[in-house]
Amino acid sequence: MTWILANLGLIGDLMLVHLRLSLIPVVVSILVAVPLGRLAHRVGWLRGGVLSVVGLLYTIPSLALITLLPPLLGTPVLSDVNVLVALGLYGVALLTRSVADAFDAVDADVVRSAMAVGYTPLRRFWTVELPLAVPVIVAGTRVVAVSTVSLVTVGALVGSRNLGSLFTDGLQRGIVPEIVAGIVATVVLALVLDLVIAAVGRALTPWARVSGTSGAARRASRRRAHRAEVPGTAAEDAVTGGGAA
Amino acid sequence: MIEFEGVRKTYPDGTTAVDGIDLTIPAREITVLVGSSGCGKTTLLRMVNRMIDPTAGTVSIDGEDVGSLDPVRLRRRIGYVMQNGGLLPHRSVLDNITTVLRLNRVPRAQARARGLELMDTVSLDRGLASRYPAQLSGGQQQRVGVARGLASDPNILLMDEPFGAVDPIVRAELQRELLRVHRELAKTIVFVTHDIDEAFLLGDRVVILRTGGVIAQQGTPAEILAHPADDFVAGFIGADSGQRRLRVVERDGARIVVDRHDRPVGLLDADTPAHSDRR
Amino acid sequence: MSVFLEGIAWLFSPDRLSGPNPLPERLAEHLGYTLLALVIAAVIAVPLGYLIGHTGRGRDLAVGLSGAARALPSLGLLFVLTLLVGIGDAPVAATIVFVVLGIPPILAGAYAGFESVDRRVVDAARSVGMTPLQVALRVEAPLGLPLLIAGVRSAALQIVSTAVLAAYVNLGGLGIYLQRGIQLRSYDEMIGGAIVVVLLAFAIDGFFALLQRLCTPAGVRVAGGAAQTTRGRRHRRPATPRGAAQ
Ligand SMILES: Nc1ncnc2c1ncn2[C@@H]1O[C@H](COP(=O)(O)OP(=O)(O)OP(=O)(O)O)[C@@H](O)[C@H]1O
Ligand SMILES: [Mg+2]
Repeated sequence: MTWILANLGLIGDLMLVHLRLSLIPVVVSILVAVPLGRLAHRVGWLRGGVLSVVGLLYTIPSLALITLLPPLLGTPVLSDVNVLVALGLYGVALLTRSVADAFDAVDADVVRSAMAVGYTPLRRFWTVELPLAVPVIVAGTRVVAVSTVSLVTVGALVGSRNLGSLFTDGLQRGIVPEIVAGIVATVVLALVLDLVIAAVGRALTPWARVSGTSGAARRASRRRAHRAEVPGTAAEDAVTGGGAA
Repeated sequence: MIEFEGVRKTYPDGTTAVDGIDLTIPAREITVLVGSSGCGKTTLLRMVNRMIDPTAGTVSIDGEDVGSLDPVRLRRRIGYVMQNGGLLPHRSVLDNITTVLRLNRVPRAQARARGLELMDTVSLDRGLASRYPAQLSGGQQQRVGVARGLASDPNILLMDEPFGAVDPIVRAELQRELLRVHRELAKTIVFVTHDIDEAFLLGDRVVILRTGGVIAQQGTPAEILAHPADDFVAGFIGADSGQRRLRVVERDGARIVVDRHDRPVGLLDADTPAHSDRR
Repeated sequence: MSVFLEGIAWLFSPDRLSGPNPLPERLAEHLGYTLLALVIAAVIAVPLGYLIGHTGRGRDLAVGLSGAARALPSLGLLFVLTLLVGIGDAPVAATIVFVVLGIPPILAGAYAGFESVDRRVVDAARSVGMTPLQVALRVEAPLGLPLLIAGVRSAALQIVSTAVLAAYVNLGGLGIYLQRGIQLRSYDEMIGGAIVVVLLAFAIDGFFALLQRLCTPAGVRVAGGAAQTTRGRRHRRPATPRGAAQ
């Protein structure tokens, strides 16, 4: 406890660094996974291939991926870039599947009716399909954000300075509270990020909040969003997620 | 007037949904396409607004080949109503109705006013305008679908089993309203159903399709009832079961069409179409 | 790229069988930790998951638990438990951590498997006179098996990954090559070790993928599997008409 009180400044500082290291890969993975997942949804024969590749990517243990990247990227072994790229890859791996599922889950009749009304394909994407896919994509993003925050700590083993540094330092010097503080700070950070993304998701989907009478579709979409949160069930097909640690 | 000439549709997987259909759909009348599931009704309907392109043959509207028109613009001037309404779940009722208007760049206020008028047309309480579709009953959603189909004041309204998902009472009500709207607006309506009673009730002309996408018979309800082309049609319209709403009887030497309660609704073998005084 | 070649050369060097850290030994260690933790986690999580799936109670708790588990940094957990039990008992600490990480996915797989079973099928089973236990064992368990295995697969990968970190509390395993490689800047060892770890993860993933396939009841496979019910939904046709003009 005394250690924690004496080092509040350090913990706060590391939390900020940690947040930055987490946000970059999360944002990048959204930017990459949405087009990729959309592609997998649209192009039938690509779907299997894309999802298998990202699934395989996700099985690679994090420390192994981080150490394999320097020769591929030409970066120094002890560089934050390796950690960022590795986490970005995991994010893409997780989210691509969610995005593909999200677009699959948009009611085909709704898409057809938008087409019948005379939406151009581009406009239909931006104003109909993407908004309706948001709940499932948000659910996937929450999973990505939480696991990214937790995975950043592994970067401490390759010299990245973040909350994980409290683990390595605490182990070396035998200070239990230091490690506990690191764990708590990581979990808090993950939780806050999760809540923020959930709130953004709610703000983006006002229609999903109505208490309708015939809410079968809404219940179904909630069920799907729910499924994205359960690692075991998102893995219904050949590809399983859940490796990285 | 919509014309199908030698229209065939074979899907990439080899299914032939529509097989060489020649059909003329007269303007300002209700033409009902009827047939059992999978006989190509939806496919035929969607070729009108180019949601599906035929493999062979042409579809034309007032002599103009739709294949030569821009599909998006074509769709914006043809109303389309589908089962379950196909409403956009993330848009309010009014936004749903005015979608086409907004796509056609009608100013917001004007589109709004027109949308509210349309709600009156389909007997929807204006108070529902700001609700989301999920907050409406199935029948109300269907009315929104019809209002949306009418929004751009199209000459043609395509309806694909629009009343398939509501209970019989609401269904009957919606059917009556459709006839009223048609009386008022006189659109060319192509209506798809697999319910032969609905077909005979609504259709000025009825086209019976059989599996494989060919026409078994077409004509006015009275003609079909009086002279089923073959056993398939006879079976399909239940001519033998005596359970139809409409059937043909001989009275005083003339053949007339009567409804379930034996009330005469039309005269066969006459100059005027038998059912025209039914409304 | 030459570093990769060096890594591969390191892998195939005869030293891997003799030196201070023989590869087969480290591999066996790694697999041993994984297997032990997986079995313990399954013994705890499978009955619990079935109970949740069968009764429908405790589901929210389980979902919350798996969410929380994702937020827990396994590295910190491993280090703090090791300090608490003492470095001499590090294997106990590590096993506890692995088990803790393995439980949520298996739990989720077990109850999701139960839930995925069509309620009408369950009703039908009851209507022919099956007891609740028979329904659970003869209908729900076999039909939910593919999802359970998907959960076990997730857990196995999670544990294999975390076991890489065991080297940092002196427990060996394949992670030792990574740790030494990074610390001593012997990059051939680091890359070689990473390659072995990746191959192991792929092998385990492939094994469970195969198992999942074999355990899908033949009738379900014919019908298109579980994926069909989630994606195909009400329509027997692709989501957008393929022949459609855009
Ligand atoms: N996109 C598609 N790809 C392949 N086959 C299709 C496609 N759409 C329709 N079909 C097939 O074409 C045939 C006719 O389909 P269509 O939807 O036109 O029938 P329908 O008369 O509207 O049936 P329902 O009453 O069930 O709506 C069916 O055999 C159907 O399976
Ligand atoms: Mg149809």
